[in-house]
Amino acid sequence: MAEPLLDVRDLSVRFDTDDGPVHAVDKLSFSLGQGEVLGIVGESGCGKSVTCMSLVRLLPETAVISGSAVFDGVDLLALPMRKLRAIRGRDISFVFQEPMTSLNPVFRIGRQIGEVLTRHLGLSRGDARKRTIELLDLVRIPSPERRIDEYPHQLSGGMRQRVMIAMALACNPRVLVADEPTTALDVTIQAGVLDLMRDVRERLGTSIVLITHNLGVVADIADRVVVMYAGRKAEEAPVGDLYAAPQHPYTIGLLGAIPRPYDGAGERPRLREIPGRVPSLRELPTMCAFADRCPRADELSRSQVPELRQVRPDHLVACFHPGPE
Amino acid sequence: MSEPSPFALEVRNLVKHYRVGGGIAGGGSVVHAVDDVSFEVRNGELLGLVGESGSGKSTVANCVMRLTEPTSGEILLRGTDITHLSRRGLRPLRRELHMVFQDPYSSLNPRMSCGAIVGEPLRLHGIAKGRELRTRVEEFFDLVGLRSELRYRYPHELSGGQRQRVGLARALILKPSVLIADEPVSALDVSVQASILNLLRDLQREMGFSCLFITHDLATVEFLCDRVAVMYLGKLVELAPRDELFRSPQHPYTQALLSAAVVPDPEEQRSRKRTVLEGDVPSPLAPPSGCRFHTRCPLEPRSAPQSSDEEPPLREFASGHFVACHLVAPGRPAPRIAEEAVKIG
Repeated sequence: MAEPLLDVRDLSVRFDTDDGPVHAVDKLSFSLGQGEVLGIVGESGCGKSVTCMSLVRLLPETAVISGSAVFDGVDLLALPMRKLRAIRGRDISFVFQEPMTSLNPVFRIGRQIGEVLTRHLGLSRGDARKRTIELLDLVRIPSPERRIDEYPHQLSGGMRQRVMIAMALACNPRVLVADEPTTALDVTIQAGVLDLMRDVRERLGTSIVLITHNLGVVADIADRVVVMYAGRKAEEAPVGDLYAAPQHPYTIGLLGAIPRPYDGAGERPRLREIPGRVPSLRELPTMCAFADRCPRADELSRSQVPELRQVRPDHLVACFHPGPE
Repeated sequence: MSEPSPFALEVRNLVKHYRVGGGIAGGGSVVHAVDDVSFEVRNGELLGLVGESGSGKSTVANCVMRLTEPTSGEILLRGTDITHLSRRGLRPLRRELHMVFQDPYSSLNPRMSCGAIVGEPLRLHGIAKGRELRTRVEEFFDLVGLRSELRYRYPHELSGGQRQRVGLARALILKPSVLIADEPVSALDVSVQASILNLLRDLQREMGFSCLFITHDLATVEFLCDRVAVMYLGKLVELAPRDELFRSPQHPYTQALLSAAVVPDPEEQRSRKRTVLEGDVPSPLAPPSGCRFHTRCPLEPRSAPQSSDEEPPLREFASGHFVACHLVAPGRPAPRIAEEAVKIG
């Protein structure tokens, strides 16, 4: 792979709370290539959202971040806030899960998108308005000349998410970070938003980090996938390999837990369950975080933290006993 | 009741309109949440009720539970009309009908221990107390896979999956004949969802209750349900046995819904033809005339002008397979929307 656009090394995020530290992300490394769609998958509390928020330092002050995140030659984590602000929203932009709460309800959508344009690109109000209409058109919002003067509550959920994407694309960002962009949407609307993201990548060459718990969404659009568990990377692989030959027992468990189309008639086979629950993140692990729930766990898994190792080209697994079922 | 009804639950011509705005004198407008919906849940059957936000599926559940009063129509529980029963009259029948809610956080009383929550129906119906109540509660904790010590814990001390098991134990402890489950796994993580779905299916097999399972997730329905009903904007558009519905969906909305669902298999997912519906779901304040789906229907050019003038009745297309679409008649299946979209595009 050529020089990655974003290279994250040994990222750790700790929250110092009244009840002691919480290790939300532990020594996570990943990279994002030009025009690539990277899926980051995991269940609640695995650290997938915290990872992305930490890259542009959107976390509260209780967060202690270490490691590096080199974007286009500069380390985002070491950059003074003033310089980071120039990058955030312009070169790296965000789409969040809840389109209603991420838009300001008292301003017309035209003004909210326009603000990005006047602030980052210094456009005049007239030019910003013209560009905003183009952007709304780009994200396939019908009659953008009329919609630009509406308030968020006048739009449906799917339309709001399109507005969020339009806002995120306003400055032609090089990286779009989408955190559960379709989770709050109905499936027929989700399909449209996924098509739109694919289109954005193809037409504008935008790299996308897609954070989701939905393995179907990842299968649809990602090129490469990172599976996270308890703040660490459990597995990483090109999308085809991950689904066809998952190596980590957690990934295998997740894929088996989803009901999927079944060709036969009558009763469907039982879904795979993952017994137990996610470990506490209060202490740094001294063993494999998945060991207590894992059918393959042994002495070794319970005494050491597994490091990532390469099992096939581009396929990394943090497990002492990797392999298919 | 001379003859036992073959149906655990019957919903006949159910209508629920909410009046919004206006004053005492009237005025305002009407939300058409559910309009003339009829279906039945057979004894021992799992019926899936599927739809997207605003389709009216949860309103149906609330009407069946009598949590909200239907505007018109009838609800029959094992052959008995419960639509107009008073609260007192309804009480003995409450034993037969229980519900599991979507949010396991807000549907359990935070000030009661989990044991008390599960035992409450027994207490309120005066069925058991003291030692007997305790034994029954323990038995149901075991049945839903909860350790017995958790009886002394409070809901906030449990995980989401455990809480949903508490909700399930509470709903089933009176051995009801009908369980209404409104999106019971949507708030849970994938791995936890799997265990609750397996559990629900096991319990249903074991106890034999009938279940109305409400969800937006087609994959869950396919896993669990015997028959599937699809709603769009307050109307039932299709009702069929599971395999039939997934193999040969007829209503263009059902076709679109199935084509939009994502499957966790990159190769298959990327080779699928999906038809993205144009526009948004219209407002239930002013539902479209005729067929409610005609404003977004990819087959609209074929069914116009009938589709906007006339409401399509729910007709039996094949044995046990009902469809409300002008283009579908017995022995005449609907055109495939994927092919149609290609022709137009």
